[in-house]
Amino acid sequence: MEFSIFGNKKSISMIERIAQAVFTVCAFFAVLAVASITIYMILNGTPALFKVGIRDILFSTEWKPTAAEPKYGILYVILTSIAGTGLAILIGVPVGVLTAVFLAEVAPPKLTGIVKPAVELLAGIPSVIYGLLGLLILNPLMYKIEMAVFKDSETHQFTGGANLISAVIVLAVMILPTVINISESSIRAVPEHYKAASLALGASHIQTIFKVILPAAKSGIVTAIVLGTGRAIGEAMAITLVSGSSVNLPLPFNSVRFLTTAIVAEMGYAQDMHRKVLFTIGMILFVFIMIINVGLNRLFKKGACADDNE
Amino acid sequence: MTTNSIYIKKTRISDYALTALIYISAFFSVALLIGIIGYVLYRGLGCVNIPFLTTVSSAVRGTSGIAGNIINTIYIVVLTLLIATPLGIGSAIYLNEYAKPGKIVNMIEFTTEILSGIPSIIFGLFGMIFFGTTLGLGYSILTGAFTLTLMVLPLITRNTQEALKTVPETYRSGALGMGATKWYMIRTILLPSAMPGIITGVILAIGRMVGESAALLFTAGSGYLLPKGSFGFAKKILESGGTLTVQLYLSMSKANYEDAFGIAVVLLAIVLAINFMTRYLTGRFDVGKRNS
Repeated sequence: MEFSIFGNKKSISMIERIAQAVFTVCAFFAVLAVASITIYMILNGTPALFKVGIRDILFSTEWKPTAAEPKYGILYVILTSIAGTGLAILIGVPVGVLTAVFLAEVAPPKLTGIVKPAVELLAGIPSVIYGLLGLLILNPLMYKIEMAVFKDSETHQFTGGANLISAVIVLAVMILPTVINISESSIRAVPEHYKAASLALGASHIQTIFKVILPAAKSGIVTAIVLGTGRAIGEAMAITLVSGSSVNLPLPFNSVRFLTTAIVAEMGYAQDMHRKVLFTIGMILFVFIMIINVGLNRLFKKGACADDNE
Repeated sequence: MTTNSIYIKKTRISDYALTALIYISAFFSVALLIGIIGYVLYRGLGCVNIPFLTTVSSAVRGTSGIAGNIINTIYIVVLTLLIATPLGIGSAIYLNEYAKPGKIVNMIEFTTEILSGIPSIIFGLFGMIFFGTTLGLGYSILTGAFTLTLMVLPLITRNTQEALKTVPETYRSGALGMGATKWYMIRTILLPSAMPGIITGVILAIGRMVGESAALLFTAGSGYLLPKGSFGFAKKILESGGTLTVQLYLSMSKANYEDAFGIAVVLLAIVLAINFMTRYLTGRFDVGKRNS
């Protein structure tokens, strides 16, 4: 057989083409997955909306899915998810951003070396463990507070501590690692000369942090907040038992139900229309998440443009 | 006499207050972790013993064990990795090596981003109706593995992509210049150089799977028995199997807190191990980067 550099060109280019085709297919798998999830959520979520009526689902507060004359109003569930997530952000973000400041600016490197791994570990703890601790530590504590606050109230329904506050605290703790990590890297990305200029003008270190560094790291911190919101609104297992399980107006000491916990708590036994309504709840959650994701994408693009202009 | 002098340091109360707040926040974050780990160990260590880890729960004998759940977790992790790792690496190779920057790459990266932002309960719902009902797999370990594949795919893709980006351009041109074909170059130069990054992605994916519960509750179900019979190990993938986290949730909702804390200790041990492994690997990875 003749030895030639052109000899097995054909078989090589065949393998090359197969390799490229395989990788292309792999890459489009993510697109396929997102497309099919979107289509399936819409296909399974909308029938109930039209059968029961949009008003009776979205703007009604009565949730009696198993009654003889079932009612599927989920307004309170939606409100709970919004209020719960908002409050969790309100608690979690300041603590998270300040911890990030500590890690990036205040702490000596040795201390950073201890705190940072701890935060990373916090992110890895499975959500059910947060739920377990919430149930056994927070709920009894809340029950005591509840007893004290509503001692003389006759109308209050006691919840045994499984209420909105407990769920909010668990959620706030769970978004901490996300907020800390992203804020810290954005604080570290602030150019060193900003800080130098501010200090040279006579500002104290703390003034520099709060008036120069944090505003400069704003876009990263906003990203952290948005990602934290996404994580909080989508969390299910940690708060299913902690939040109690009745559909109520989201008041601090009410036992409440979130979009996610409604699905977890009832999917196991739901039948027919009840099941379809649960898929509608899933679809609403999906819509919230998509809004957050697309918003985040815009944010990134805006940030990239700002960098280009510099 | 109050003269303005650069030698007199003005004390600002707000400075002290804010510094205190910063320290309190940081202390809170660390105390939280120590508190969580300490409390779980305190309540759970007593519940973990050899029978707990090596038998299955038996109502007759009144004992509880999680051997079945451990096996299920291993099944799901291995099956998911078998599907997700090639897909994720392939996707990253396409994005980094073959595709030209443009609309298609943007679309793929955007959807990957979205996929990583979808909460696990939505994956659970989708897995239940698509793999469980439409494909007829029902509550089974396979359904769970398919569902988790979607969930961890972005993680593996992104880590592989990052790893590929750090491989110096000279490696590529060197290999191609010596006459290697593109696939040969990827196989023998790029993938081995990017291996630490890829493995980090895979380990992170394992961590995510071990901690996952919402996506598995309605897809893999809650079976806790060990595989039985001659083909038991093969048949098991079509049977329902609850992982450790699902069993923890079920024990918790039945107010069986002893088992719950026992499982929590096992989970924490796994999480710690994974954390140390990624730390070790990323450390090595960084050294590689510095040398190049």
